[in-house]
Amino acid sequence: MQKQLTKGNEAIVKAAVLAGCRAYYGYPITPASEIAEAASLYLPRAGGVFVQAESEVAAINMLYGGAAAGVRCMSGSSGPGISLMQEGFSYLAGAELPCVIADIMRAGPGLGNIAPEQGDYNQVVKGGGHGNYRTLVVAPDSVQEMADLTTWAFDLADRYRNPVVVLADGFIGQMMEPVEFAARATVPAPPAWAVRGNAETRKNLVSSIYLEPDCQERHIRKLEEKYKQAERAEVRFESWRTDDAEIILVGYGIVGRILKAAVELARARGIAVGLLRPITLFPFPSQPIRDLAKHAKAFAVVELSTGQMVDDVRLALAGRTPVEFFSRVGGNAPSAEDVLAFLEHTFPDCLPRPVAGRQEELIHG
Amino acid sequence: MASYTVIHEKAEAFYDTFERKAELQGQTHYCPGCGHGIVSKLLAQAIDELGVQDRTVLINPVGCSVFGYYYFDVGNVQVAHGRAPAAATAVKRSRPESIVIAYQGDGDLAAIGTAEIIHAANRGEPITVIFVNNGIYGMTGGQMAPTTPLGKKTATSPLGRDALNEGYPLHVCEMLNSLEAPVYIERVSLGNSKQIMHAAKAIKRAVENQVKGLGFSFVEVLSPCPTIWKMQPVEAKRFVQDEMAAIFGVSNLRDRSKEAQPRPAAAAAPALEDLPRLLDLVNGSGVEGAAAHPPQELDMRIKVAGFGGQGVLMLGEVLAEAGLEAGYEVSWLPSYGPEMRSGTSNCHVRLAHHAIDSPLVSRPNVLLALNEPSLRKFLPVVEEGGIVLYNGSEIPEDCVRSDVRMVALPFTQLADEVGATKVGNIVMLGALLEATGMLEQDRVVAALKRLVHPRFFELDLAALARGRQEFRGSAADDYLWGV
Repeated sequence: MQKQLTKGNEAIVKAAVLAGCRAYYGYPITPASEIAEAASLYLPRAGGVFVQAESEVAAINMLYGGAAAGVRCMSGSSGPGISLMQEGFSYLAGAELPCVIADIMRAGPGLGNIAPEQGDYNQVVKGGGHGNYRTLVVAPDSVQEMADLTTWAFDLADRYRNPVVVLADGFIGQMMEPVEFAARATVPAPPAWAVRGNAETRKNLVSSIYLEPDCQERHIRKLEEKYKQAERAEVRFESWRTDDAEIILVGYGIVGRILKAAVELARARGIAVGLLRPITLFPFPSQPIRDLAKHAKAFAVVELSTGQMVDDVRLALAGRTPVEFFSRVGGNAPSAEDVLAFLEHTFPDCLPRPVAGRQEELIHG
Repeated sequence: MASYTVIHEKAEAFYDTFERKAELQGQTHYCPGCGHGIVSKLLAQAIDELGVQDRTVLINPVGCSVFGYYYFDVGNVQVAHGRAPAAATAVKRSRPESIVIAYQGDGDLAAIGTAEIIHAANRGEPITVIFVNNGIYGMTGGQMAPTTPLGKKTATSPLGRDALNEGYPLHVCEMLNSLEAPVYIERVSLGNSKQIMHAAKAIKRAVENQVKGLGFSFVEVLSPCPTIWKMQPVEAKRFVQDEMAAIFGVSNLRDRSKEAQPRPAAAAAPALEDLPRLLDLVNGSGVEGAAAHPPQELDMRIKVAGFGGQGVLMLGEVLAEAGLEAGYEVSWLPSYGPEMRSGTSNCHVRLAHHAIDSPLVSRPNVLLALNEPSLRKFLPVVEEGGIVLYNGSEIPEDCVRSDVRMVALPFTQLADEVGATKVGNIVMLGALLEATGMLEQDRVVAALKRLVHPRFFELDLAALARGRQEFRGSAADDYLWGV
């Protein structure tokens, strides 16, 4: 299919419909509203359902119902709405219901503002709801990945019977880039466990209740094993110019893009810098980070938060390699030049020494 | 006295034994004298009589009736506290042939789930809601409910419910009756056998309405809770019959089941092959005849800035769209939100012959400043050797930079001469194209054709031409600047 200039938020919806999503439940919020707007247009066209819910609490519980009925369904929101959805995340994970939620992050806490930030990492990746559960989290850095990772998110959700979050920020949601969408549309058969209101599924029960402690523990251990399996099988990341890198930058989403520009600037200055960009935030690419630590002198994590993902980098490295941190928040983003300045300031030892060439020049001059 | 039949068998819609219970699988978990057993039985009988057992999906709430799935041999979904109408909405929407019944208590429906029930009712979701009102939180051990009668002592109103502190008992049926969409709203009672027989009819009607494809049907059942009320079952029943009925009223508040029209069946889903077209992925909105390779080496880092309403974002979009069609990698990143409606607006556009790293333009090599504040704000970050087009008759004296190429033209005024103030952005685009030769004319025209309203297309072409002409007139002989 030809490339089409598409807004990030719209790409999510088109990819979702092509992936068989047939129900969208959501509540408008900047900078995610275009997701609901596109869904209100395209879901009915595809023979699907769109409901503008009375709140994000209702929306996430509509997802619960839709997923229980065996339909691929999704919602989209931003920080304040995602906070309200946390109850639902816990129930969805507990009842093992697959669905996809896009979080287009804005600045917080509280109402904050509508400019891009990455402050939802902890509530989404670590899980802001109660109980022992995880959400699988993918983090696109481009509009193309908004489409591709949404498609993958539906497959992951079904495979792990768990909610999957597409965690992006206002930049990725609002910007336009060329996208090539999946060439073929699919609609998977409904899963056998779903409650579809027919004779075939009459004995089915969707529930997160296990009254007996032993049963509840068995259930939690089963969930735990699923998450371990995801950690073994689903880690995705992008490694950019890391082969000879002394300093490894780590950043996801829009920051990954800025860091690519920073890598070029730094290398032009003679600093051997590379980038590791996590594409899955849970499961987190801990092993690839440890692998890079065999050769790298230090890691530098950049986030649009006061330091949330950096904890996972530190956990992965367990103190073996220094981890530095740089951030902008509140809706600001660092420029590639800002990152370069940070690197130069933080790692003076990695700057090229005054080279012989310069001295020669002086001599000859 | 009406004749009646004593039923000795259990309803088909109940399981024979309750295998989902850990113990005592021949009896329910409800207390002796509890109204839930009766309501469950009436509902199961209605499901039987209407022949919809296979199609039924019971939405189990949180509260004493959380374990409805122990008993009902139907599809079961257990949901979060108060959210049954939301979950029911989604099941019904995606499985319209199913018979979706939300069964909720007063804490669930009338407190934590108030928003969900009101909005499901207001949307007229064609579901059935059974609301069991016993005026107390039973499962958690007797705390106050929104429906607790005034003066009643509970675990959380130890001195008795006081209107000044806890408000009045909530009349849910009356609230829902203020909405346009519901088809059927009735409050019934389990206070005596006659009332129970009437409740059976109401519950059946509420399910039957759904079978007929009519809208939202709601039955509130005033129900005894002898354990928490600390009453003998007979005494509790009398309390329902006399006290609860006096507070809430037992009556049909609405029955539009005769005049309501069955909802039209959903249209058949389109073929999967049709989806790309339905998603606007082909036919006109995609880039037809796009170049496979970029015609030249290019790395344009463009900042467009001005007031909201000056077409800042559109100018950027035309550049990105035309760039894509010309075979370049492109990105377009807007400022958004309130900035779109007033105040300043800007966007970052990149066109390059190579993959684009950051879509954020921190060091532009082109600044298109549609107003003076934008010029002042972004001029300092323009790369040495970059291009600045400014919407004004001359560059303010204190904004002159000798290391960038700057041209001031009154684009808004030129647009007025072309025919509309709003095409000032396109006049500026014309000047940029003339200055840089960055994009072929036909690529830009094609992009405009796709992006602007057909009504303004000719005007935009005129604006484009005017911009080129004015730039030629204003610049030195070697006006093709390139980037």
